[in-house]
Amino acid sequence: MIKPDKFVPYLYLLPALVFLLLVYIPIFQNIGDSMYNWSTFSPDKAFVGMDNYFTLFKDPVFYEALKNNILYAVISIVFQVFGGLIVAAVLEDKLIRKFSPIFRTVYFLPVVVSMTVIALLFSFFYNPEVGLLNQFLKMIGLNNLALPWLGDSETAIYAVIAVSQWQSIGYIAMLYIVSIQKISPELYEAAEMDGANKIKTFFHITVPATKEMTFVAVILTLTGAFTVFNEPYILTGGGPGTSSEVLSTYLYKTAFSKDMMGYASAIATVILIITLLISLVQMKIFKTGKED
Amino acid sequence: MEMPKSTIGVPELVVEDLEYARKRKTYNMRIALVYAGLIAYFLVVAYPLLWMVISSFKSTEEIFNHSWSLPHTWLFENYVTAWNSGISSYFLNSVMVTGMTCMLTVLVSALGAYGLSRFDFRGKAFILVICLGGLMLSPQVSLIPLYNIIQKLGIYNTHWALILPYVAYRIPLTILLIRAYFLSIPKELEEAARLDGCTNLGILFRIFIPMSKPILLTTVILTAYYTWNEFMFAIIFIDDDSLRTIPAGLMQFRDALQTDWGVLLSGLTISAAPIVILFLFMQKYFIRGIASGSVK
Repeated sequence: MIKPDKFVPYLYLLPALVFLLLVYIPIFQNIGDSMYNWSTFSPDKAFVGMDNYFTLFKDPVFYEALKNNILYAVISIVFQVFGGLIVAAVLEDKLIRKFSPIFRTVYFLPVVVSMTVIALLFSFFYNPEVGLLNQFLKMIGLNNLALPWLGDSETAIYAVIAVSQWQSIGYIAMLYIVSIQKISPELYEAAEMDGANKIKTFFHITVPATKEMTFVAVILTLTGAFTVFNEPYILTGGGPGTSSEVLSTYLYKTAFSKDMMGYASAIATVILIITLLISLVQMKIFKTGKED
Repeated sequence: MEMPKSTIGVPELVVEDLEYARKRKTYNMRIALVYAGLIAYFLVVAYPLLWMVISSFKSTEEIFNHSWSLPHTWLFENYVTAWNSGISSYFLNSVMVTGMTCMLTVLVSALGAYGLSRFDFRGKAFILVICLGGLMLSPQVSLIPLYNIIQKLGIYNTHWALILPYVAYRIPLTILLIRAYFLSIPKELEEAARLDGCTNLGILFRIFIPMSKPILLTTVILTAYYTWNEFMFAIIFIDDDSLRTIPAGLMQFRDALQTDWGVLLSGLTISAAPIVILFLFMQKYFIRGIASGSVK
């Protein structure tokens, strides 16, 4: 390490720190903003203290959005984390490995396509009359399942969540593949010699050895589920009614359609608290993991 | 030590073979089932994307009535129409914003990573924590204050309204990635260069940056991928249709072309192509970045 003029290292970091102000200032400003009632077009802010939060905690749309985020989280953990792990374990099995690069590449493909493209594409598939999904269901004789997926308040949120799973399973699977490739092959050979079958090997070797990746995957999917915006915004706009609203789309509408900036800031604070809680759990688990 | 097989009685051998054959059969069945599952999932993922490309050559009428078949005549003009009805400007805007964001992100991160990896100074740990913390903060939370800051800076409705926040949200990850790589560069090289009269900045540009090409390429790819696809800032911080990037522009494009599905799908295909091609050719770097960052 060099010890030149004291201020030299700060000069190298200065540009980065200036940019990081754009990440950090808004966080604090948002908390302040949430204590006022204000809009973009009126210059005066009225201080209301915690009123926005009291209103928010009595707001049925807020609970509907939060419920949808929780639904998002639960379904994403099952499909992406559990599903991703299984896909990865199968692709890394030595019997499949010959063909796994092609499967792996294609499974990952949706991750690199933007959600805008995917969501617009799926709005074609979900079209009640001419969409591929209902055409397919009718083709295999499931006529009564041919529903107006995005247009029905019962099914809209599930149709939206399905699109996210379609995009992201390959992503988590890829993370697990990288993690499984680090496991020593001798472990698998030893298990095979002991006559353990594939399922036993999966639960006794693969699952424990990829534990750390599972933490990462759970944190990623949880954070993703509580901040999701693009899919519901493009596919349903939160509708029909408010049936597929999530916190981010509700925040967006409150801020930029209704121009209730203070109230929207309160919603943003709730998202901040949820994501911080998830991060805290992550740090805590990683810390205790290291002490083991 | 080889035991001659003939010591085993012949009838026994037959029984064993039958047993073996039966096991072999169920075993093959299982592998076939696994492949069936993999291929089914393959189709679920690949078919929609393939359908998008194939249908982009059809007329709307054909997409409606012959959804599953190949185009009767391949309408290449769908692409011309899409390009001329807005996609060209969105595409060029995206190229510009992505290019600037990548350049700034790599430059600012390399400088910061150099400061963090080669010097000892007060507040270093704190700056590392700030970078780590930046990974956890989601843009949704900052949306409203950022919107106001951008208006106060006078850059609302310009490309800078996207470039600056994109760089800000990318550098925590890229600094950490580049720093980890810089830390692995042997000190001897640096000392030798210093003896030759190289300055700090010279060492960064003559030794560190040329030696770190793989990680720099990874960060460029990750940044390009993020920037090309980013949607939320893109619809909020730019109002003027002629300045929009692809993800935001596509929404406009959809509203304008509600009845022309073939052209719309051509637009979607054009929009997705650059990053898909980048991924197919640079898979190794892509996956390295995504795995080491574990951040989409």
